[in-house]
Amino acid sequence: MDINLSPGLPSSAGGALPTPARPVVPAVERAHIHEHHEHPEQHWLFRYVFSQDHKVIAKQFLVTGMFWALVGGALSSLFRLQLGWPEGTMEWLKPLLGKWIEGGKLSPEFYLGLVTLHGTIMVFFVLTAGLSGTFSNFLIPLQIGARDMASGFMNMLSYWFFFLSSVIMFSSLFIETGPAASGWTIYPPLSALPQAISGSGLGMTLWLVSMAIFIVSQLLGSVNYIATIINLRTRGMSMTKLPLTIWAFMLTAVLGTLSFPVLLSACLLLVFDRSFGTSFFLSDIYIAGQALHNEGGSPVLFQHLFWFLGHPEVYIIIMPAMGIVSEVMATNARKPIFGYRAMIGSLLGISLLSFVVWGHHMFVTGMNPFLGSVFVFLTLMIAVPSAVKTFNWLATLWRGNIRFTAAMLFSIGFVSLFVSGGLTGIVLGNASLDIQMHNTYFLVAHFHLVMGSAAMFGMFAGIYHWFPKMFGRMMNEPLGYVHFWLTLTGAYLTFVPMHYIGIAGFPRRYYSWTGFDMFSQFADMNKFISVAAIAVFFAQFIFLFNFFYSIWRGRRATQNPWHANTLEWTTPIELGHGNWPGEIPAVYRWPYDYSKPGAEADFIPQTVPFSQTASSNQPYEKELE
Amino acid sequence: MTVFIVFLILALLLLVFGLLFRLQILTSIFSGESTRDIGPGNRINASLMLVFLVGGGGWLVWSAVSSYARLNVPVASVHGGAIDRLFWVTMGILGVAFVLVQVFLFGYAFKYRYKEGQRAYFYSHNNRLEVVWTLIPAIVFAALVFTGWKQWTRITGPAPKNAVVLEVMGKQFNWLVRYPGRDLKLGVVNYRLIDAANDWGFDLSDKAGRDDFMASEIHVPKGVPVLLKIRSRDVLHSVYMPQFRLQMYAVPGMPTRFWFTPTVSTDEMRAKLGKPNFNYELACNQVCGSSHFAMKMIVVVDEPDDYVAWFAAQSPVSQNADLLASYQQMSRQTGLGQGGSRGARTAAIAETGELPAPPPARATL
Repeated sequence: MDINLSPGLPSSAGGALPTPARPVVPAVERAHIHEHHEHPEQHWLFRYVFSQDHKVIAKQFLVTGMFWALVGGALSSLFRLQLGWPEGTMEWLKPLLGKWIEGGKLSPEFYLGLVTLHGTIMVFFVLTAGLSGTFSNFLIPLQIGARDMASGFMNMLSYWFFFLSSVIMFSSLFIETGPAASGWTIYPPLSALPQAISGSGLGMTLWLVSMAIFIVSQLLGSVNYIATIINLRTRGMSMTKLPLTIWAFMLTAVLGTLSFPVLLSACLLLVFDRSFGTSFFLSDIYIAGQALHNEGGSPVLFQHLFWFLGHPEVYIIIMPAMGIVSEVMATNARKPIFGYRAMIGSLLGISLLSFVVWGHHMFVTGMNPFLGSVFVFLTLMIAVPSAVKTFNWLATLWRGNIRFTAAMLFSIGFVSLFVSGGLTGIVLGNASLDIQMHNTYFLVAHFHLVMGSAAMFGMFAGIYHWFPKMFGRMMNEPLGYVHFWLTLTGAYLTFVPMHYIGIAGFPRRYYSWTGFDMFSQFADMNKFISVAAIAVFFAQFIFLFNFFYSIWRGRRATQNPWHANTLEWTTPIELGHGNWPGEIPAVYRWPYDYSKPGAEADFIPQTVPFSQTASSNQPYEKELE
Repeated sequence: MTVFIVFLILALLLLVFGLLFRLQILTSIFSGESTRDIGPGNRINASLMLVFLVGGGGWLVWSAVSSYARLNVPVASVHGGAIDRLFWVTMGILGVAFVLVQVFLFGYAFKYRYKEGQRAYFYSHNNRLEVVWTLIPAIVFAALVFTGWKQWTRITGPAPKNAVVLEVMGKQFNWLVRYPGRDLKLGVVNYRLIDAANDWGFDLSDKAGRDDFMASEIHVPKGVPVLLKIRSRDVLHSVYMPQFRLQMYAVPGMPTRFWFTPTVSTDEMRAKLGKPNFNYELACNQVCGSSHFAMKMIVVVDEPDDYVAWFAAQSPVSQNADLLASYQQMSRQTGLGQGGSRGARTAAIAETGELPAPPPARATL
């Protein structure tokens, strides 16, 4: 029995494919790598600020993401105040908002600025950078058995570009003409013409600059994630022994690499239209008493470019959450994830199809109806892998031995919200039904459940689960329970009534709805939604307290507090740059050997060779002993 | 004062919260629970799963039933009925899937909670199951989507030949509407001719446009197909009439269209709903600027006879002195339309000395 060789499993083995053994790194070279990563006398500036350690960068992404989530949530509370109490006064916010309060009322233009930045912040800065940036950075090297990312320097740049873009976006909240105010989708001509809305002046310029820098950050990160996963896996870690988190992060990075550049080009063309007199998206416009010279451009072209990113983007948001949930669920149900390969297959299916469904955002924008039909059928197809994933999660719970850690609770909440929000996608993806539902609160409710709340839940699950690895301490569990139940209840109380008013045609991005006979009957529901939304926002402070309290005062963590199989739990509790003090462990099995019959404990880490587990080896594993 | 009280209450709440938190930590240390893997929290959470399933489900049913009457917008178009049927059938099927998944999810979570000495069932995959639960949703979705697609092609197909034509134009921040007049042809409009008196930018060198008329409300006849031509003169807008299940963007530079057949007149709908002040409303449903929320126009569905009478009573744009004056001035300034010297069309006028027939411009679709 040679434990240095990577065992090639037969295809019948629990979800493992036969793969050629990876070459063994000679001992000398390993020692070299090891020494290379010892930097005992680093200046604190390079240790904590301009760090190239993936773990520090991950925490930087996390804290920045949490800051943004707080800002994004606060913005939504402001506009929920307006929607819930359209006749109420907001004079008391004057010290905070200054001239954006006009005569005791929120200015309509600033209202649009709020919804625009809420969307931008939540989609890009929280759920893309905050979620994928945190966990891809933190988990990829730890779970594949690498000392760091392929390029630590690029990784550091990725964070600092994100930071720069954050500073620019945040500063746009404070300028005279207000932030970008044409919705997070920044459809031209509204976003191109400062005459149309003052937010399209400097605010929009800052938005575009910030997003361009943000895209640079995303690309630097994504390229790094892909390169690391492909090249730096430890001995024995074949692609089919990777935890599902890593599969999810890798495919997310692929989506980002392929789709973000298209958004960049859309932004660039918009910059040309705004500043250099081109007509990519502008045509036949008479505004502010003046006919513009632009002819021949197409606003619909911008929508094609925007949604070519925009749709993969929602999967960029949800796939890391899916990966985290799969991992957390298997660990805490003490069961292998059901259908490991079907899970990978469905991730691949989603990734592929996510590039060919963007048109379902544009059924009624004047796009050719035949093209609409094509997108209807393609959209149907992407619902199938999502359904498969859901059934696999259910089957994972079936006959498990479930431990309700806070992370597990959020994973279960994720599945619940993902299903609730995902199902209504079948309505919206059906072009004829979308005629009525397009841009109503039905749509708002749909995506807030399926990608907003669900991805947030995935992020919470990840934080609660890997907090011990990040900070060496445990988060307070009872507080986690309270946080979970309040947030889950609050999410449903907020978004279920939104479906109702959406079915009645209530349009999104309305500052006031009292002018229309057909919408003015929903005062009670709007108030209800606002109360629930603001309450759930305040419930997040329980989490914030728990998080920061536990960093310094939390119970000390043990090395493997959840009894998990993956590699990160083989590292010491206080881990330095380089992750493992000695040699990187080799991997012999898939990460989901939980509750294996015949095994002593109910988990067998990936680093345990089959030769040590003769009593629990399945018939097809005998030859690997 | 109130602010002070609010702060005081918040501070007290925080204090209570902090004390409870310390208390919980201390008791968990003294009871030895903090060193155990699985505490009583596990049982509580498992029970809460059931409570949430039943309580949440109950609330959902109650709220849906009690608001159903309000959220179901009355239908007033032929295709609207078909859309509604498909919508509720879809919601029914999705509802079944929703209930099943949530029951299994929270039910399993409760049923398979941790028990001392129990071990989970090692069950890694079952390919037959995967195939089954790939195919079933695929077939159900395919059926739904196929039905929807058939509706979609019908709704977006060409309008019947006898359709009444009118054109809606979005601008910041109201709607404009024009009708083709007696010749049933909409005239050419050009955005460069727009000014305060000529909202549409009528190009009066086109004869077809001279009898067009503008209106402050949309009037459509009941039971007759209506072809809505749609354009915008500044930013994106969206023509949204929920009662007719109708929505289409207004795109500057790219005229769009939507046709429908209204089935219930405004008077009938008022009687049906028992609301004497009821009106069909056209709303803007694509953010277009600060007063986006106020872009409204009343839509009136007339009995066909009333519609004809209303139509006959309107005065054409060529009788609008302000508009004519504005047109004369603008066409001189821009060189467009009558007497201009720019472009092929105006060249043709100069050559023949006559007003040309309506050119096959984009404006006529």
